[in-house]
Amino acid sequence: MKVEELYQEIILDHYRAKHHSGLRGPYEAEVHHVNPSCGDEVTLRVHLDGDTVADVSYEGVGCSISQASTSVMSDLVIGHPVEHGLDLHREFLQLMQSKGEIEPDEDRLEDGIAFAGVAKFPARVKCALLGWSAFKDAVIQAGGVPR
Amino acid sequence: MSSDVESAQQLPEYPETVSKGQVEPLADEPIPFDVEIIRGDFPILERTTPAGGPLVYLDSANTSQKPRVVVEAMEDHYLNHNANVARAMHLLGAEATEAFEGARARVATFVGAAQSEEVIFTKNASEALNLCAHTLGAALKPGDEIVISVMEHHSNIVPWQLLAQRSGATLRWFDVTEDGRLDLDAAAAEGLINERTKIVSLTYVSNVLGTVNPITQIAAAAHAVGAVVVVDASQAVPQLAVDVRTLGADLVAFTGHKMVGPTGIGVLWGRYDLLAELPPFLGGGEMIEVVKMTGSTYAPPPHRFEAGTPPIAQAVGLGAAVQYLSEIGMDAIAAHEAEITAYALKGLATVDGLRVIGPNEPVDRGGAISFTLPEIHPHDISQLLDSRGVAVRGGHHCARPLHERFGIQSSTRASFYLYTTRAEVDALIDGLEYTVRFFGGAR
Repeated sequence: MKVEELYQEIILDHYRAKHHSGLRGPYEAEVHHVNPSCGDEVTLRVHLDGDTVADVSYEGVGCSISQASTSVMSDLVIGHPVEHGLDLHREFLQLMQSKGEIEPDEDRLEDGIAFAGVAKFPARVKCALLGWSAFKDAVIQAGGVPR
Repeated sequence: MSSDVESAQQLPEYPETVSKGQVEPLADEPIPFDVEIIRGDFPILERTTPAGGPLVYLDSANTSQKPRVVVEAMEDHYLNHNANVARAMHLLGAEATEAFEGARARVATFVGAAQSEEVIFTKNASEALNLCAHTLGAALKPGDEIVISVMEHHSNIVPWQLLAQRSGATLRWFDVTEDGRLDLDAAAAEGLINERTKIVSLTYVSNVLGTVNPITQIAAAAHAVGAVVVVDASQAVPQLAVDVRTLGADLVAFTGHKMVGPTGIGVLWGRYDLLAELPPFLGGGEMIEVVKMTGSTYAPPPHRFEAGTPPIAQAVGLGAAVQYLSEIGMDAIAAHEAEITAYALKGLATVDGLRVIGPNEPVDRGGAISFTLPEIHPHDISQLLDSRGVAVRGGHHCARPLHERFGIQSSTRASFYLYTTRAEVDALIDGLEYTVRFFGGAR
């Protein structure tokens, strides 16, 4: 459990230069998620075009893990079907809850595999999930989930 | 197991006079203060961490470590004297009651209470403050004002917000100055404390800024308009010699686990004549006088406010804790705290870009130092420090309004106690320099 396992270079890169950050329009839903134990916050918007995630934009304050994870998430879901984004959320959630025992699928999670080490630091799992949870919530509010 | 009557009479480890509420000194002359000898009393400080080095525990404002005597007192209680208190008519019941009430007397002595009936055991300081809000709040009406400050811990904010909602009273706030002191000038200018003020509730020592507030001065102003003064002394009682007779407060809350005692026990000290006027808080066993189907009458203080089986073993542990602190001497502990805080403030000033939130000078200042580093989040700072065996706290420290006041979302806090060494402060500074290098270039 070395700290370098947690802070992969990919994570630091995303933290230093967040992708798709800043709030933009148009959007169908905006959500605000907070991690009450540490105070990390993210405001996130989704813009859907039919079944496709046309845009995700966000503004947040938080640690490198929460910020980088939101950046990676936006890369993975923008331009893809809503269903694909929600599947990735499930996979990422499983990875985070695995305590480090799941080998992540690089073809699907891409830069997201850098967070595999976070699963070994239980206190930080919530940080990594903040942006993903906000995305899922926003998609539901935007009516992107067939009921 | 001994069944002779003598063993019950051998108990005067605890003063016999406790039921009369008299208090006796806890220690004679204090022993010379030696941090290395003190560290020997805390087995946990011998631990190493996965980093390979010694544990550097700089999170005592969060919870303090426990000396062996406290743990052993609780162990001895559970293994040899355990029974419920004040209702079991047998040997162990008498011993447990004696131990519990003896602990009350020790705590009373420790804070200078006039009698041990002024000490109420709660489960923590939050419960003690909620007790104040509920019992004082019974008489509040719309138009009345409650005054707190922006530097309060959430546990001295939320109970008053809830009371304001219930009663229609208005909640008003002391602001702070840029260097983290209560803004007394602004308060005077806006007439913060006035004839509508019914309750003033303030922290004695800020858990974030370290600021020691001028309680006696503010209490005098509050009393002049007939307000009741509540003090959250959770950070003060562990590190300062607190004397409730001269402090000026009417009610003082603190907690066991921050003063080398166990978790699960807090204390509310109150002026006896005020306590005697207050209605009950929680209802249940032990707080009653007579219960009839048509209604009940209530026990006098302190038992009126202690419904249900109290934290008995925890009280025994807290009694051992105040005994331990008294033997070392609170003046010596306060002097050590001031010395190590001054040393840390000097060291932190050398870290590139570091900003201390709160007083930069070790004057009227407790041993908690909160700070920010540009563009490095406190969680990342505390994670990096943890990787080197240094334990600090990152976040808003249950004081979100204060962080908002300073335009920050969170901070990193290092806090010290009687067992903290200069070498540990050096490890903190080294760790922070490593952290700055590690995240160098972060936006």
